[in-house]
Amino acid sequence: MNVPADLKYTASHEWLRAEADGTVSVGITDHAQEALGEMVFVELPEVGRALLAGDGAAVVESVKAASDVYAPLAGEVVAANGALNDDPGALNKDPYQAWLFRLKPSDPSALAKLLDAAAYRKSFE
Amino acid sequence: MLQTPLIDAHRRAGAKLVEFAGWELPLHYGSQIEEHHAVRRAAGMFDTSHMLAIDVEGAGARAFLARALANDIGRLRQPGKALYSCMLREDGGILDDLIAHFVRDDLFRLVVNAAGADKDLAWLESLGPADAALRPRRDLAMIAVQGPEARERTWTALQDLRAASEPLEPFFGAQAGAVFVSRTGYTGEDGFELLLPAAQAADAWERLGRAGVRPCGLGARDTLRLEAGMNLYGQDMDQSTTPLECGLGWTVDLESGRDFIGRRALATQLPARALLGLVLAGRGGVLRAHQRVHLAQGEGEITSGGFSPTMQTSIALARLPARTAPDETVEVEVRDKRLAARVVRPPFVRHGRILV
Repeated sequence: MNVPADLKYTASHEWLRAEADGTVSVGITDHAQEALGEMVFVELPEVGRALLAGDGAAVVESVKAASDVYAPLAGEVVAANGALNDDPGALNKDPYQAWLFRLKPSDPSALAKLLDAAAYRKSFE
Repeated sequence: MLQTPLIDAHRRAGAKLVEFAGWELPLHYGSQIEEHHAVRRAAGMFDTSHMLAIDVEGAGARAFLARALANDIGRLRQPGKALYSCMLREDGGILDDLIAHFVRDDLFRLVVNAAGADKDLAWLESLGPADAALRPRRDLAMIAVQGPEARERTWTALQDLRAASEPLEPFFGAQAGAVFVSRTGYTGEDGFELLLPAAQAADAWERLGRAGVRPCGLGARDTLRLEAGMNLYGQDMDQSTTPLECGLGWTVDLESGRDFIGRRALATQLPARALLGLVLAGRGGVLRAHQRVHLAQGEGEITSGGFSPTMQTSIALARLPARTAPDETVEVEVRDKRLAARVVRPPFVRHGRILV
């Protein structure tokens, strides 16, 4: 299972990447896509939406089931990856490039408190 | 969990194995969507050894099945011909659906679903067959080879089957040595179902693979049958539904006067519900079993739903008020939304072509 060392994670299988512009990209982990199966639909949050940590932010639907993707941090949605609407399978092929949305965190220091790769790996192994 | 004779082949091929009706079977071998396309475009194969063949043998076999089955076994006049039928309770509820093969005058072969196999056998025994013995054929494995190239590739892989199976019309079968070959399936494509001695199954599977037949799992099997508008027992029908309520009125013979089990109940039933197809109108989610459907004339429920790889949108079978008509627009509760869907008459896809 691929768990890149330079990302942060949640126990609900989202990954986060700090971008150079201060925003944070959010996607689902390799473990999550493997468990869910082939993706056939995504529902992305609207740009401008304010999220609290733990809010349902996106939905991914696989051949098996629908799953909520939660906001790992409070913040405002500044971008959504519309390319996934036409190619939801990118979440399976390349889960760490296929970001779902980008947040401008209300508290930039909150990112450091999330799981690192080793802790995330422990959460499901 | 029960295992088929092909379990090692599945493991070697990297199958994701899951429990299904008490059996350990492949869900997919990497991509159920690609497996689906392989069947629509070329050829795929399924291990269906969990299904049970039951031989009904003896001079009384035909008379017994005339009573046990809702479809008219009397229509099987040419040896080799197959018939799809439901087996009903007295109240018309569906116990199982099956294929009955007419092998010869004193031998019929039923193929029933895995989940109900033991129950079906006990039910048939309880009907007291006269001059007919029931023989469950657990010694047989079953492989379904499906797709526009399925027959050609089967003959490439298993040359001994060619002479007996090349002349077969759809819904006919023949014995070819130790293998019973029928031109039947559950995908909406051409192809064969092979019933063969368990000890020969692994070799046949390997030869078929080398001839370019792609192994396919339960995931693709489900989306293929859904596109083909074929019911799945336990999902689109069960003991609480009659054939008239799930699009299978055509398999029930109420005309001939034959006294089969369930006849009296069905003769007086005016079904309040019908099984129809739905196609999601826009994007917004995936139609799935148990979602509620809202119509001007009442409510309904999706019984099977999913993403159609051929149509690239979501489709479903739904139990709707009986007077619902094709092309009506309905609303389906998908998660927290109501999405518009169009009512259609299944099948959605047959022989690679979209029909709705």
